[in-house]
Amino acid sequence: MSAPTTALRTGRDPYHIGHAPAAGVPEYTGHGAGGPAPKRIVVGYGFWIFILSDVILFSCFFATYTVLIHARNGGPGPQEIFDLHGTALETACLLLSSFACGLTSLAVARRNLLWSEIFLAVTGLLGAAFIGLEVHEFYGLVARGDGPTRSAFLTSFFALVGCHGAHVTAGLLWLGTMMAQFPAKGFKASIRHRYLCFSLFWHALDIIWIGIFTVVYLIGKITP
Amino acid sequence: MLLLGQLAGCGRAQLQPAGPISAAERKILLDSIVIMLAIVIPTIIATLGVAWWFRSSNPRARRQPDFVYSGRVELIVWSIPALVIIFLGGIAWIGSHDLDPAQPLPAKAAPLDIQVVSLDWKWLFIYPKLGIASVNRLVVPAGVPLHLVLTSASVWNVFWVPQLGSMLYCMSGMAGTLYLEADHPGVYRGESAMISGDGFADMHFDTEAVRRSQFDAWVASTRSAGPALDDAAYRELLHQSVPPHPYTYRAVRPGLFADIVMLKLPPGDGPRGGVANVQPVGLR
Amino acid sequence: MTLLGRLTWQAIPFHEPLPLFSGLGVLITVVAILAWVVAKGYVPYLWREWITSVDHKRIGVMYCILASVMLLRGFIDAIMMRTQQVMAYDAPGFLPPSHFDQVFSAHGTIMIFFVAMPFVIGLMNLVVPLQLGVRDVAFPTLNSVSFWLTAAGALLVNLSLVIGEFDRMGWLPYPPLSELRYSPGVGVDYYCWSLQISGVGTLMTGINFVTTILKLRAPGMHYTRMPMFCWTALASNLLIVAAFPVLTATLAMLLLDRYVGFHFFTDTAGGNSMMFMNLIWAWGHPEVYILALPAFGIYSEVVSTFSCKPLFGYRSMIYATMAICIISFMVWLHHFFTMGAGADVNSIFGIASMIIAVPTGVKIFNWLFTMYGGYVRFRTPMLWSIGFIVTFAIGGLTGVLLAVPPADFQLHNSLFLVAHFHNVIIGAVIFGAFAGYTYWFPKAFGFVLDERLGKWAFWLWLIGFWVAWGPGYVLGLEGMTRRLQHYDVAEWHPWLVVAEGGVVIILLGIIAQIAQIVVSVRTREQRRDVTGDPWDGRNLEWATASPPPAFNFAVLPDVTDQEPYWDMKARAREIGQLTRPEPRYEPIHMPRNSPTGFVTAFLAVVTGFALIWHIWWLVLLGLAGAYATFVVFAWRDHDEELIPAEEVARIDRANRAARSAALQHRQLRRETQRESAE
Repeated sequence: MSAPTTALRTGRDPYHIGHAPAAGVPEYTGHGAGGPAPKRIVVGYGFWIFILSDVILFSCFFATYTVLIHARNGGPGPQEIFDLHGTALETACLLLSSFACGLTSLAVARRNLLWSEIFLAVTGLLGAAFIGLEVHEFYGLVARGDGPTRSAFLTSFFALVGCHGAHVTAGLLWLGTMMAQFPAKGFKASIRHRYLCFSLFWHALDIIWIGIFTVVYLIGKITP
Repeated sequence: MLLLGQLAGCGRAQLQPAGPISAAERKILLDSIVIMLAIVIPTIIATLGVAWWFRSSNPRARRQPDFVYSGRVELIVWSIPALVIIFLGGIAWIGSHDLDPAQPLPAKAAPLDIQVVSLDWKWLFIYPKLGIASVNRLVVPAGVPLHLVLTSASVWNVFWVPQLGSMLYCMSGMAGTLYLEADHPGVYRGESAMISGDGFADMHFDTEAVRRSQFDAWVASTRSAGPALDDAAYRELLHQSVPPHPYTYRAVRPGLFADIVMLKLPPGDGPRGGVANVQPVGLR
Repeated sequence: MTLLGRLTWQAIPFHEPLPLFSGLGVLITVVAILAWVVAKGYVPYLWREWITSVDHKRIGVMYCILASVMLLRGFIDAIMMRTQQVMAYDAPGFLPPSHFDQVFSAHGTIMIFFVAMPFVIGLMNLVVPLQLGVRDVAFPTLNSVSFWLTAAGALLVNLSLVIGEFDRMGWLPYPPLSELRYSPGVGVDYYCWSLQISGVGTLMTGINFVTTILKLRAPGMHYTRMPMFCWTALASNLLIVAAFPVLTATLAMLLLDRYVGFHFFTDTAGGNSMMFMNLIWAWGHPEVYILALPAFGIYSEVVSTFSCKPLFGYRSMIYATMAICIISFMVWLHHFFTMGAGADVNSIFGIASMIIAVPTGVKIFNWLFTMYGGYVRFRTPMLWSIGFIVTFAIGGLTGVLLAVPPADFQLHNSLFLVAHFHNVIIGAVIFGAFAGYTYWFPKAFGFVLDERLGKWAFWLWLIGFWVAWGPGYVLGLEGMTRRLQHYDVAEWHPWLVVAEGGVVIILLGIIAQIAQIVVSVRTREQRRDVTGDPWDGRNLEWATASPPPAFNFAVLPDVTDQEPYWDMKARAREIGQLTRPEPRYEPIHMPRNSPTGFVTAFLAVVTGFALIWHIWWLVLLGLAGAYATFVVFAWRDHDEELIPAEEVARIDRANRAARSAALQHRQLRRETQRESAE
């Protein structure tokens, strides 16, 4: 008798660590006195804390960017290197990708494999398009001699935007793994929990991008 | 108790001030220690006393196993440290403003300008108004405020003459301001207080405070002999080395210090520039 | 580009006998131990029960073992430094600067990241789930990954002993000295990559424990019923989550500077080295409290248990803990008052730093009042705690002194500062770790450590510490700066000789601790803790057997009081039998063992080593392996196993019987005492 079948039979969340609710205690919420929370809450909560720590990581790069924005070393400033059209397109890609990710969540909630895979694919393609545009922008700058080694300002710009890009790339790897797991494993609890984390991650990257778009590109256009 | 012992012992450096800054800092240091000891010593004694008196084998101790909360005690335990800190905070606020390194000293005489450059691994002292410079030896007139401007031509260092007072970072591309003064003639040890590489331990210098007349004589003799500090000579200084003896430059290219701070001259070249033939003591 | 990147035979220090032979000695010892393990056939046991274990207790024990081994390594560095400074009065001593600088850098790095951190994290692992009355942490496999990544970082640091060199500028690599221009060697790279790897592990520990403490607690355990150690662990892990990303980001920037020519902290092209100082201390100061707060929690547990009283001012202690947690983020600038930031900035940060002394002082007074009116038993953990209060009071005093900017102008970077942080790190964190180790050892292993040798160790450490670092304060006031490879000031020499004596006394203390383990293991049958409650404890970790079964509690305890186990015992004594009738035993799901952590760490070592030596193909291979590990882990179907109800019942009944017998025995003894009194 394997673990999941026992759990199915007794109707319990098979991923809890703890014990079954005693009579009279309806549901463990994890708040205060209720006893251990169910796995779904624990996983989501833990991932939220990870995202918060990631936001702190980004805030360090934001801070260095604002410190170094005027350290041009004779090189170009934000006004000369930013192309808002390309960036607007990037932003559109990422926001639409997040929308597709939201649609995937709905499909997953309905246990619909086909639509889950389609929306995930759309999410991934839009994400890949974002990365492609970003690589294009970086390549153009480096080719002009305005790479990260040119000045401290460019260093901080490449690091901040590149850190976000690296996150998106890692997200794409994860997304590919998820696309393989849905058909292979079905919508069992652990896979759904993992998808919950992925969507949190993807949306969080969107929020960080909004910060970058505002602080780096929009404000950069009006920074002397 | 150890602290008391060392106070009685009276070290030779910060606790034997030779200038107004270090004297004021010693006062703050000792005052703060005394204020805190007034709380810390009774606390230590009370801890040991309570622990010993309430040892489980003491039949005379009055046990109160339910004594787990008392509003009155809470009020006291929060207010005692808070009051001490409010008091010390006042000292810190006033002291920080009075003894800010960049705060000019009340002028008895016009301050002497000195530009300090830390290099790998030596100190360069430029007297801009006098047009001379000295390596690893700082000669100053006693009783005259010193206006020091500090920078580094390589990694960070800390300029520190304990008997004169405050230390300050020397950082490349930046100029820090520090006012000091020596009250009496004497030789005071100066050092770098921040690791700067293999020759760090040898990065100390003597600060010689002399009478005005002796200082003028020193300036005159310095001007009359020795090499001149131009860009080529400065580039030699950038190599990693520990000079065996202090020496002086009879002339300094005007604007040299500003060029160092503005990074118009290159920073020290590190180990890749090759080590000059003078090795640190420890490497010999 | 070569196959082995920058790695050549020159990386092995053939011309320097000291590191070569010490490295070889370590290597031979490790190989000998491994050979012995293989020959004895222990490998399958170790693999099954320890290396792949995701049990928080096993992981906690492994953390503590790692910390102890690294303590020995760091202590050898300390002996070398002290000896060098004794010998180097107007002489070169036996360590050239290049080696001496590595020794103090390795000492600091190891003691903070691979001794203090794993020790407190290990004790948290061992105890927090037990005190919360649950079966494991929130993410057991992640927990194993965290531990193995920490071990991977420690391995890389030690690898630098024989292959290449370690960083030479102290435990924090300040640029521009740490930039490629001034440090072209691999030392800084070893430092950065080992800390990046272990830092990721620590961050995951933080996430794991915050989630565990906030989301997994026994029924009835409100926030205001959580044991003090759990509160301090919560505060500490919140600090980890908030501070360690800053370390990761800062080291990443330094690495970008060094590897691909970025200009974050360089002295050219507009880089700003002061930014490194601000960033690193924005992590560095909270780090101090990441270490100190759990130690405060341990003292709270120990003082309360050995005074036979609940903790005095429990709520006040919670406020104090959380106040320290928050304020610790607002004081970082006090590490560089001498940078010349101006009087207003300096005094604001100085006062903020002093404010931390208020909640800390409150804690000391509360421990004092916990003892007041209690039955104080001077067992070894209690001695460590009292020794801590006395030592820490002085360390706190010098700390507040350093927070007064004008005083700091004369003390910063002197041995006074070094004496201060040794005073608080040894006096608070290490003493706390030892108190916790002695206190919870019976819980982990089922027998009590030898008291006599434990007390020897305590006295030797306490006296040794003061003999070693009392002179540090004096030397600081005599103007001696830190990290001097040699010096020519006659006044300093006698004090350094005294300090060397202190190190020898501490060495004797460490020998006493090793002897304590040997003696205790040999006589373990006489020291068995059958009831699971050797100290007459008060919190839930004592409510289960020693060592606890894999599932910790057969049935999760119902918490109705701030000291749940004391409450149960009190009621049991009243009614003369165990409070709870035998429960209906149910099968228990426990997470299955997983080699993920070990494999990840192996790949991390390989990748880190390849990055340090610029062996790019191996880097790619390592990263691909890491992704493959992730996929394999994500693919597994059975991540839990079932412990049958009969097994649970068998284990629990044995423990109930022992407790019942102990209860009868105590009851009987009390009645006899009463009769004889009448």
